[in-house]
Order: sequence, then structure tokens, then C-alpha cells
Amino acid sequence: MLTISNLHAGIEDKKILKGLNLEIKAGEVHAIMGPNGAGKSTLASVLAGRQDYEVTEGSVEFLGKELLDLAPEERAGEGLFLGFQYPVEIPGLSTTNFIKTAVNEIRKYRGQDTLDAVAFLKLMKEKMALMNIDQTLLSRSLNEGFSGGEKKRNEIFQMAMIDPKLAILDETDSGLDIDAIRIVSNGVNKLRSKDNAVLLITHYQRLLDYIVPDFVHVLYNGRIVKSGTKELALELEEKGYDFIKNEINEDEEVSIAEKH
Amino acid sequence: MNDSSTDIEKAVLKEYEYGFVTNIEADEAPKGLSEDIIRFISAKKNEPEWMLEWRLKAYNHWLKMEEPNWANVKYPKVNYQDVIYYSAPKQKKKVGSLDEIDPELRDTFEKLGISLDEQKRLSGVAVDAVIDSVSIGTTFKAQLAEQGIIFCSMSEAIQEHPDLVRKYLSSVVPVTDNFFSALNSAVFTDGSFCYIPEGVHCPMELSTYFRINAENTGQFERTLIVAEAGSYVSYLEGCTAPMRDENQLHAAVVEIVAMERAEVKYSTVQNWYPGDKNGNGGIYNFVTKRGICKGDNSKISWTQVETGSAVTWKYPSVILKGDNSVGEFYSVAVTNNYQQADTGTKMMHIGKNTKSRIVSKGISAGHSNNSYRGLVQVSKNAANARNFSQCDSLLLGDKCGAHTFPYIEVKNNTAVVEHEATTSKIGEDQLFYCNQRGIDTETAVALIINGFAKEVMNQLPMEFAVEAQKLLAISLEGSVG
Repeated sequence: MLTISNLHAGIEDKKILKGLNLEIKAGEVHAIMGPNGAGKSTLASVLAGRQDYEVTEGSVEFLGKELLDLAPEERAGEGLFLGFQYPVEIPGLSTTNFIKTAVNEIRKYRGQDTLDAVAFLKLMKEKMALMNIDQTLLSRSLNEGFSGGEKKRNEIFQMAMIDPKLAILDETDSGLDIDAIRIVSNGVNKLRSKDNAVLLITHYQRLLDYIVPDFVHVLYNGRIVKSGTKELALELEEKGYDFIKNEINEDEEVSIAEKH
Repeated sequence: MNDSSTDIEKAVLKEYEYGFVTNIEADEAPKGLSEDIIRFISAKKNEPEWMLEWRLKAYNHWLKMEEPNWANVKYPKVNYQDVIYYSAPKQKKKVGSLDEIDPELRDTFEKLGISLDEQKRLSGVAVDAVIDSVSIGTTFKAQLAEQGIIFCSMSEAIQEHPDLVRKYLSSVVPVTDNFFSALNSAVFTDGSFCYIPEGVHCPMELSTYFRINAENTGQFERTLIVAEAGSYVSYLEGCTAPMRDENQLHAAVVEIVAMERAEVKYSTVQNWYPGDKNGNGGIYNFVTKRGICKGDNSKISWTQVETGSAVTWKYPSVILKGDNSVGEFYSVAVTNNYQQADTGTKMMHIGKNTKSRIVSKGISAGHSNNSYRGLVQVSKNAANARNFSQCDSLLLGDKCGAHTFPYIEVKNNTAVVEHEATTSKIGEDQLFYCNQRGIDTETAVALIINGFAKEVMNQLPMEFAVEAQKLLAISLEGSVG
């Protein structure tokens, strides 16, 4: 579904991603972990098409298309969703109206008929029940005055409404208490299917207790330096990121030694 | 970053859609202003002697007045001798009914989305259509007359209802009030008159649609609304003009009188030609609008969506004379390119327990300048007056300006006056968030603007909300949610 090859990207003159490779297939859940500043959020932003970032090298193939050639809204139309770490507030714009616009713009992009009020309401009721989300939240202005937990639940609800092929969830667990993490995770798990994929970006292992990934990758210094299964996350939790750093430094010393 | 700010600008800089000219022969006065011209206008309209005297008095006073220069707008001095003060489309014969209106004029209004065909109008809005200096027709007159409601052009009112006109004309905005109201009094040519008898709830929206067509012509209309005790009316006003390179003058006066327990809601969607991208042409919109809550428990509410005009100078106000009376002002003013708007309101609390509410939303883009100017006045005897004002500004791009000039004068210590103001910009983060959800930048800007202006847009009657929505290039919130 998604193939990232030798991706280099940065902001202004700062290089952040330095040759990242990753392959995600339909039905899989991948988790990317790593210390602060490793490039986790940069990866999410580059995949979604945020303008501030410049891609200097590499390619990203998404469902047969070159993702990097598409505008952010086209990427959304192709089925890419980003759950934001810090969802923005838009005063006066009701959450329902925002989601209705999003759903219909994506349908237009795909050449489907837009949903009328009745059809939209039906879909919304269905997903509200699934996500256990309250009507009052949806009639409020988009994210305005929402608590951290409400904002993240709103992100997952939007994901349910949009039904993307690939969902990238950027630090969805940050700032949430354990109850909120459970609610958000339940939502994500209900949406898992053999046809879609999820890329979780997280700093801590605890989210992975609730959303069990098929693969765990460690991002360090702009590259994926180690990949494994759920156990890798536990190992990271136990030993901290320093163990990765040391391992990499040793590898580099070995390779330098070999050259001599 | 630069690219996206031009995206924002593109999204708001829609082409002006109403810039066409109707080719119809006009009956015009020669350029310039003098006593003779005023006599000419008065004679054309076959006015009674008192009306002519009233006009001449205004003219003589105007000659001694100075054009105001305190507003935060800059424009070259208007040469008042270079303006045509009377221009009427020549119709083949005197129109007896709406069916006889010149098809060319009928088409003009159809093109503007204003149907003069009563059969076609399902929405229940009665329209008075004014082109240049004269009203060309008023719909649903007969139906309204059944309830005693008078809705007609001002010219007709002067002929048919002289006592009412004489009693109320300039009772709210004195002839000598200001430079532009004096000018208007001297030369006004038409406008709408509406009278709601005691206890009548007007069954449909009343509206006037103003169109400037002829070149070098100024439009000076006069509107007078009188709501007797316990009555209710909702009144709408819309306006457009062709695109022309030179500036054209529009100086209107609107007066509202609300008696005991009467309620008047006045809504405007102002879309005069704003000038081109470089600031050439456009309408100078110098308007005096004022209402008086004369009786106890009366209410006057102004709602305006201001998107047009090169220069706007306009302060719809309420004199809260009756005890427990209520004044409201809801405004969205959008400026872009080189437009300048200095607009706001005056709330004059005189009666006891009077309340006023001001919600002003300014949206500036391009090189434009957008100012809110407001005065809240509480006089000595206005015990327990309440005012709440909120002035928010939204900036698009970094070359525009937003200013707030709130004045407060309180002479009674039981008054409670609150003022809140904010300034914000459309953020890159907001746009990216929308983009990520499949919404392109143009639609995203419209959603954000709509959200910003929502509190005011909600005040508009349904029929008008549609036009306002088109104007702001926004999609109003659907029936869901």
C-alpha cells in the first residue's frame, strides 16, 4: 500500500529525515517509535504534505501513485488520513459541518455523489454509536474549548467518518490519561480491517498495549534503525532509547573498523 | 508560505458578478448641483410646495457645511458639480402595473436574482426595485394593503400619504445632521416608504433593491419606516452597480421609527462595485442610518453584511428613548484590494432599563483598511442601561489593516458597559488541517470566514442569508448539526 524509499526531507536548512525506508501492506498496523527529535512528526507531516517541509530525495508510492506529487487535499482524496498531534481550533465552524464538508469533498474527488443531509446524518449516527461519541461535542465549534481527550476522540471520529485506506496517527496518546487512551484505542481497533492500514507514531510503549501492532520500527536520527515485533517495544520500554543509540554507535564503530 | 497567502487572497478576491450595464435610454438632469437642479428634481416628481421648500432649506444648509474628514478613510475630494443628480430610465409610458415594466429593466433585475414577477416569488418577499434615481415597481402592494400596510416608493408616498411623510421625514435624522444627510435631503430622488399599522405583524419580508446603472450618476435614496405600536416588520436592502473606472457617489438616508412594543429588523447586504484590483473605480458609500425606539419596550435591530464599495462611511444607530427599549447592531464588513471601510454604530441610551448589543466582525484582505467606529452613550437619566460590544477582526495576508475605535460616554453610574475585542489571522495550521481532510484552500478559507462571521450571519433572514452566503464565497452551514 505504502512504500517509502530513501526519503530525505527537512525544514529550511535542517535535514531531518535522512534516507528513510518503510513498507506498509494492507491489513497491517505499524508503530514508529523513537526519541524526541528523531523525525517522527516530520515523517507524518511529509506524508500528509505540509508545505513547510522540503523533500530533497526519495519517493513515496501510495496505492500506485507518487504521493509526493499530490497536494494535501488530493492525498486525502486518495485515502490518506493524518490524526493530528495538536488538532487546530476553528471558532464558529461546527464540527458536524466541518466533517460533512470533508466527507463530501473527498467523495467529489473520487467521483462519487455527495451525501445529502439525511444520508450524512445516518452515517454520522452509525459512527457515533461505534465510537461512543456524544452529539453535543459535534455541534460545538471545531475543537474550540475541547479537552485534550475530546480533541483526540474527535480525530478518531473523523477517521471513522472518512474511512481512510491509511491512517497515520501522530502521538495520538500524548497528553491523554489511561481512560482516554483506552477509548481512543478501542475506536482505532474497531476500524482495523484487512483492507486498511494504520501507522502509529508514538513515544511510549503504553499505547501499544491497547493497539497491538504487527511491526514496530525505531526511528533514530532520520532513519529506521531497527524493526521488529511487539517485543521490540517492550525492550525499548525496559532499556530506554539509549540502548539503541549505543547499538548504532557500536555498529558504526564495527563498520569503521572493518574498513581499516 | 507566500504561495498559500496568495491562495487565501485568491479565495476572497472573487470577480464582481454584477458589473454589467443595462442599455436603456435615460432621462437625465444636467451635471451639477444648484437651486435650479433641485427645482428640476422636485418638478420632475411633481412634488408639493412644502417638499421643495424642505429640499431648498437642506441645500442652503449643506452649502455652509464641510465634508467630514475624521473617518479613517482616504479618497480624492468629490467634485459635487461633476455628478448627475437625477437619472431615470425612460420607459415607453407610465407604468400602471408591474406587468407593464420595460422588459429590459425586468431582465436587469432578473439577472440580479430579483424577480419582479409576483407569481415567481415563492419566498414571500415584497420588493421595491429602484434603478438610479427612481423606483420602477413594487411587488405585493395590494396584498399588503389588505392589512393596512403601506409599502411603496418614496415618490409615491409623498403624493399619496403626504401627512405621514411630513410627520416623520427627518424626524430621526434631521436635515442638518451631517454633510451627507443634508446633501441627501436636498437631492434625494426615491427610496422606499413603509408604514405598519398598530398591532400588525407584517406577513412577509419587505425589501428594496437598489441598482445604480447610469454613468456619472449619484444615487441618493431615502427610506422611511414607521412601525406603530405593537407591530413588527423585517426589512431587507440589497444593492449593486456596474463596474466603471470612475468613482460614483451613493449617499442614502434611512430613518426608522418604532413606537411602543414595535419591533423593526433591518438587514442590508451591501454589494456596491468595490473598484478593481488596483483600487480604480468603485462606489463611495456615505450613508446615514438611524432608528429611534420612541415607545417603551420597542426594539430596533440592524444587521449588515458589507462587502462592496470603494469607501464606506456608515454608522447605523439607535436612539433608545423609550424605557426598556432594545437596540442591536450586527455587522460583517469585508474589505479587500484597496477598499476602505469605516463603519460601526451609535447606541444612545436615554430611557430607563435600555439595552444595546453590538457585534462587529471585520475581515480584511489585500491592501484594504477596515475600521470599526462605535459610540455607546448613556445619558444622565438612563438608569440601568446595559451595553455589550464585541469587535473582532480577521486578517488575511499581511498588507491589510484592522482598527477599532470604540467610544464610551457614560453619565449615569448604574450603567453596565462591556467591550471585548480580538484580532486574529487565518493560520497556516488551520488551512493545512482542512487540506488534510480533503478540503481545498479556497473552501477552507470560506469555512473559516463563515465560522468567524456566524454570529452575524445567523441574524439574517433566510432569503437574504443565501445572497450573503454567495457574497462571502462561503457555504452556510447545512441543515445538519
